[in-house]
Amino acid sequence: MPTALFPTATLLSALAGILLILILPSRWGGAAKWIALLSALTGFGFAVAAFRAYDLSAAQPIQFQLDLPWVEALRIHFATGTDGVSLVMLLLTGIIAITGVLFSWNVTQQPRAFFALFLTIIGGVYGVFQSLDLFLLFVFYEIVIIPKYFLISNWGSTNREYGAMKLTIYSVAGSALVLLGILGIYVLAPGAALNLQSLAKVTFPHSFQLWAFPVMFIGFGVLAGLWPFHTWAPTGHVAAPTAVSMLLAGVVMKLGSFSALRVAMTLFPDGLAAWRMPLAILATIGLLYGALVALAQRDLKFVVGYSSINHMGFVLLGLLTLNSLGLTGAVLQMFSHGVIGGLLFAVVGRMLYDRTHTRDITTLGGMGLAKALPFAAFTFTLASAASMGMPGFSGFIAEISILLGAWKSFPVLLIFAMLGAGVTVAFTLRALQRSFFPSLAAAQSAAAANPHATEPLPPITLPERLGAAVLMAATLAAGIFPKFLIDPILHSFESPQSLMHHLIQGVTR
Amino acid sequence: MNTAFQLFKYLTPESFLAETAFFVLIAGLFKSTASRRTMLLSLTLLGGLASIAWIALHPENIVICHGMAVIDPLTRFIKIAIVGLSLIACVYAAASNVREHLAEYLALILFSTIGMMLLAGTEDLLMIFIALEMTSIPLYILTGYLKKSSASAEAALKYFLVGGVSAAFLLFGLSLIYGVTGCTALQDLAKVPPATFRDPLFLAGVVMAMAGFGFKVAAVPFHLWAPDVYEGAPTPSAALIASGSKVAGFLILAKLLIYGLYQARGSAVWAAMQPGWLPMLGLIAAASIIVGNLAALSQSNVKRILAYSAIAQSGYMLLGLMAADKTGLSSVLFYVIVYALTTLGAFGVCAIVEQRRGGSQLHHFEGLHQSAPGLALCMGVFMISLAGIPPLAGFFGKFYLFAGALGSVTKDGHMGLLWLLIIAIAFNAVSLYYYLIVLKHVFVIPPAAEPAPRSPRSAAGTLVGLLAIAIFTLGIYPGLLLDPIHNAVKTAAWLASPHPQPKTLPGITK
Repeated sequence: MPTALFPTATLLSALAGILLILILPSRWGGAAKWIALLSALTGFGFAVAAFRAYDLSAAQPIQFQLDLPWVEALRIHFATGTDGVSLVMLLLTGIIAITGVLFSWNVTQQPRAFFALFLTIIGGVYGVFQSLDLFLLFVFYEIVIIPKYFLISNWGSTNREYGAMKLTIYSVAGSALVLLGILGIYVLAPGAALNLQSLAKVTFPHSFQLWAFPVMFIGFGVLAGLWPFHTWAPTGHVAAPTAVSMLLAGVVMKLGSFSALRVAMTLFPDGLAAWRMPLAILATIGLLYGALVALAQRDLKFVVGYSSINHMGFVLLGLLTLNSLGLTGAVLQMFSHGVIGGLLFAVVGRMLYDRTHTRDITTLGGMGLAKALPFAAFTFTLASAASMGMPGFSGFIAEISILLGAWKSFPVLLIFAMLGAGVTVAFTLRALQRSFFPSLAAAQSAAAANPHATEPLPPITLPERLGAAVLMAATLAAGIFPKFLIDPILHSFESPQSLMHHLIQGVTR
Repeated sequence: MNTAFQLFKYLTPESFLAETAFFVLIAGLFKSTASRRTMLLSLTLLGGLASIAWIALHPENIVICHGMAVIDPLTRFIKIAIVGLSLIACVYAAASNVREHLAEYLALILFSTIGMMLLAGTEDLLMIFIALEMTSIPLYILTGYLKKSSASAEAALKYFLVGGVSAAFLLFGLSLIYGVTGCTALQDLAKVPPATFRDPLFLAGVVMAMAGFGFKVAAVPFHLWAPDVYEGAPTPSAALIASGSKVAGFLILAKLLIYGLYQARGSAVWAAMQPGWLPMLGLIAAASIIVGNLAALSQSNVKRILAYSAIAQSGYMLLGLMAADKTGLSSVLFYVIVYALTTLGAFGVCAIVEQRRGGSQLHHFEGLHQSAPGLALCMGVFMISLAGIPPLAGFFGKFYLFAGALGSVTKDGHMGLLWLLIIAIAFNAVSLYYYLIVLKHVFVIPPAAEPAPRSPRSAAGTLVGLLAIAIFTLGIYPGLLLDPIHNAVKTAAWLASPHPQPKTLPGITK
């Protein structure tokens, strides 16, 4: 297979998985998870292959380009290509896909539908990360919406129909804003025909940029958990089945930040300059607010849900710093939060909730989880450490880069961002301590209140161990040896031929 | 004499349908049995397909009697679409609860189809009115066809009264236009000196004519008949009203406005509005989008939801007409055909559910994915396409429609119709809610009673499946439908001539 097709093959492997599951007879429904696993592994394999085949010495950061005519009458093409940022995101998607399947190994209700919808989301996400045509990007972006609704409302838990509908409405409202921007771009740059590489050379009228940039940035930002449009995230995450929480936190929220970078920030430099400060303030509020709200939660899944808002706040802040440190940190944080958020949701949703049927941190504290489920305790401790940004994990290198980047660009906001990072440590430790390692008195009183506290819990299964191991390995690898991620990311920003080159040039302090 | 003979020759497809209808009527005199019903349907399909084949095999390009009847690639394409859509309604009819007098029912569908074909193929005010009536009168009867259902009778009466009044308005409007300009052919109307268009009588005529067409396409504020008719009428009738009749209605509205009354269009650009049909169309479109989408939110009957959705969708299509150019027309035609296919599919699902569960309230759809997974999947495709979510055809249609409207008056970063686009896109996001509510009942809520055993496949079910596949395919590869439309629109004589630029209006501006 020519190397140029590696990223496309990730997409095709998801599609092949969907088709295989659809033709699977219902009596062999149990095989659906194997097909999904195979498809996810293939996709990940191709993502890794693309990663290895990526040429860091080439001047053109967008490699593996493919351009097929699609709707000739409207000059819409199936144009894909991958730069360093996309590459990291493809890798993340591959990891989340594999572990998502592993953590849904116990899905027995309509497994074919579940895994087909799951792979649809994976395919859509792969598609967004490599689209070079704005129309194509939007198509993939929207494909993700409907499966989310059905996955949550059919297989979810707490308040699932409400959570699913809220999430869907928010997503659609966000994409409505995006569509408005795309239509504007389409009619203003008829020659460029929605190809991102051609559009990046177009200078849009100043007045248009002034409204189109915030419209598109906020439209994408809804999915990235931009405060105050984040409220779908906690309820949606909590209502979703484990694998879908992992998908939402792991990759779907990244669709928002990735597309904001790839489309809004790349195409509208004037708009970006005008709106940068207000949006950075929103991002900072989001990261501080997410941390503070997480501090007050009793439901462990809500803690993790709000921690996503907090971490995505860092991503958005990093993007808006407009220097190579901050931008690289933001992309690293997308990867890092994808892995760590996935891991946290896996522990809370699959390892704990499926066994104990509670997520209340006090009740959990009464169950002696550190002894009963040592693997879960180990994983959660490690994930918490990574989430807090301990050195050695991916979260550290990502957040430190963002904070250093913010130091240069937003010295005042930096104070609040540092405060947010501090509260992150507080809420993570609080949740970890209360649910897994409570004080003796707290544990006894919680155990006394819960008659089921001493019932034996089923042991952690092999797929869960495998999934957790993959995610832990990913965060450690990225933390200890971040260079292999940083190199392609930096290359995409700093190469003179990069679409995003002007983002860094724009700030010369 | 010669002309009359010519007319017969060129209207062969229409006469095919008329002959088929008479044969069906005669065949219906015999006792009705299951096999007889199949025979009637086969006969109808045969006639319809013969008509389609004739149109496809005779690529003529001719204007008869100064535009009374026109045959060009565009009208031929639309006629094929109309006959095809009507035939789908006929298949539904054979499978539906219209048990008595099926032959007459099929014949009425064919008669109405003839009206639609004539409507699509004319460029003359007089003929437009006659064809509209030929379309509408059979539709009134088709609506009230269920003798024992009071809802059906009520719907028919409402449809007939509103339709009659609107026909009167239309006729009055057209006569005013004729009185002022002295011509009925659209090609003459297009050449009338611009000063004529500022005659108040003329403007009154345009407004009245628009009211008549607003009724036809169920646009707000002429929409009140739609929910009751969609709900009360036999499902095949409602499907026909929502599909073929809409396709013809939009084509003729486009011809009247973009061809005949092009010079009287005015401008709907925000802050620079000028009197004409554009601002009026803009208001009607905005009102339809808002009212249709909001009213659909609180419905509990799927056919009523489809009715309000139809109102909203009409609003989107009017938006495409406002582009008043080739792109706009292609986008409207693409959208209206995709919409017709989708809504036919959705009505097909309703018809099957009604047959099996006795109604089309939301709760009748509960647990459909268990008793009929294929049907449920099809309903999913139709609803998501109507909501405009990719990769289905509805999304592509909307994108094209919106891009056409926005691009028509855009210059130097100033987008004249942006205000309408914002309304349309915002309410399109709202619309996903009620489509999802339908799908929630289909896929998520478990059935209250024991799930019915899986039912055998029916012709209607197969057809619904094919429609779903078509919607999906057109979403993946829109070129299949878009390219023929483009080619047809490209050759349309009335659009090919460069339009005279609107003169700066003497007498009003200065």
